[in-house]
Amino acid sequence: MQLIKKLLALIAALALTISVHANDQHQESTDAEFDPMEMIMHHIADAHEWHVISYTNKQGQEQHITIPLPVILIDDGLHIFMSSAFHHGETLVRKGEKYYKLYHGKIYVTDAEGTIEYNDHHEVINAQPIDFSITRNVASMWLSILLIIGLFTSAAKRYRGPPAVPKGLQSFLEPLILFVRDDIAYAQIDRHKADRFLPFLLTLFFFIWINNLIGLVPFFPGGSNLTGNISLTMVLALITFFVTNFSGTKSYWGHIFWMPGVPVPIRLLLSVIEFIGLFTKPFALMIRLLANITAGHIIILSLFSLIFVMKSAYVGFVSVPMALMMFMLELLVAVLQAYIFTLLSALFIGMAVESEEH
Amino acid sequence: MGLLTPDPGLVFWSAITFGILVFILRRYAWKPILQAVKSREETIEYALAAAEQARVEVEDLNATKVQIMNEAKEERDKLIKDARELKKSMLDDAKTKAQQEADKIIASARLQIEREKNEAILQLKEKVAEFSVDIAGKLLEEELQTSDKQKAIIDKYLQEVNFN
Repeated sequence: MQLIKKLLALIAALALTISVHANDQHQESTDAEFDPMEMIMHHIADAHEWHVISYTNKQGQEQHITIPLPVILIDDGLHIFMSSAFHHGETLVRKGEKYYKLYHGKIYVTDAEGTIEYNDHHEVINAQPIDFSITRNVASMWLSILLIIGLFTSAAKRYRGPPAVPKGLQSFLEPLILFVRDDIAYAQIDRHKADRFLPFLLTLFFFIWINNLIGLVPFFPGGSNLTGNISLTMVLALITFFVTNFSGTKSYWGHIFWMPGVPVPIRLLLSVIEFIGLFTKPFALMIRLLANITAGHIIILSLFSLIFVMKSAYVGFVSVPMALMMFMLELLVAVLQAYIFTLLSALFIGMAVESEEH
Repeated sequence: MGLLTPDPGLVFWSAITFGILVFILRRYAWKPILQAVKSREETIEYALAAAEQARVEVEDLNATKVQIMNEAKEERDKLIKDARELKKSMLDDAKTKAQQEADKIIASARLQIEREKNEAILQLKEKVAEFSVDIAGKLLEEELQTSDKQKAIIDKYLQEVNFN
């Protein structure tokens, strides 16, 4: 309860920074063609502001309620300002000699008029500054780690003192922790070597799972597609790659580059295959998580888009039950993908630290 | 494809964030939790082993108890049997002794009787001799009178003598 209160307080504090902004410059006509592709891409991509809700006020103006997030640019020095300065991409931000424009979620360097130039493939060719902004995904990730740290440190407090029967939060989390320990780590890695990797595997599992779940919450502060973002899955896969290969034993490297017990020509061939395998394993990890989570988001958003494409509320009678079914499935996928990612990481580590004898 | 291009900012922040998360959780969550769970598991294992050992001990104790009880029962039965035998043998002994005593008493009584009878016969014989002498005296006196008469007197006296 304490934790939930703290989180609510945090969200309330964030909400105080909400900027209500009237989009009165380009009044979008209400019967403009609905573009599901754009809507979906907007939802699954990262953003520089945290969108809470949009509505049309009495004057027919579209209002966006968003939480501005800090923009950090490295482009001839460090520029830090709030994303509200862009006014949802309507105004340019001038820093020194340069003008920056927020265009489709990305920041470009433009001239004073904010001209965006395209090449033949309709790709933007304007220069991009190095963008270290606290984007929606980063903010959502920080929210998630606060939640995770809160959950597990408060559960950990209960373990002080003599052994006792688990209670409350502890009795919910402990079976999960034991599941990761016994059925993932101890099942894949030699028992006496597994303990070293347990903190990583446990953190990995709960980080992916909780972020998957946050991504499924359709309203603020959820809905960010963090675990469906290639940057995050790449980082996680790279960490698994480094942990695996930095703990590789002599026998592991021996099996990769000079497979014992096979003729020399095959050894050469195998070493090439195994070497490629070093990189395909984490690559598959990266793509699997990204694809599964993004696909779930796209399907659910598409089902809702149907209502607006067909321009009939009755489609909701089909879309809503189907989306509900997808949500149920996604709840399963959320834990399943966390499990698979952690299990495969443990499997790779287990192969790397395996002892000589077998 | 924008979806498949890693964004350096997010890569940077997520690497740092995940690192911090692993560090914090390892220190403040996983270590205490896993240690506590391990020590609890060991406690449970130890308690189970102790319970098992106690159970075995109780079983042993029960077996010993039953054995002791059986032994006691056997001992009791043996004692009772012995006592019975002893009683019987004592009774038999007593009976034989009593019989022997009785036989002895009877035998000695017989001897006594015999002796007394013989004594009595002896005395009788003496008496008879005395009587005979008396009779003879009388006869001699009678002889001096008539021999018939003498004869009759002898018969008469002899008849008077009752040996019993």
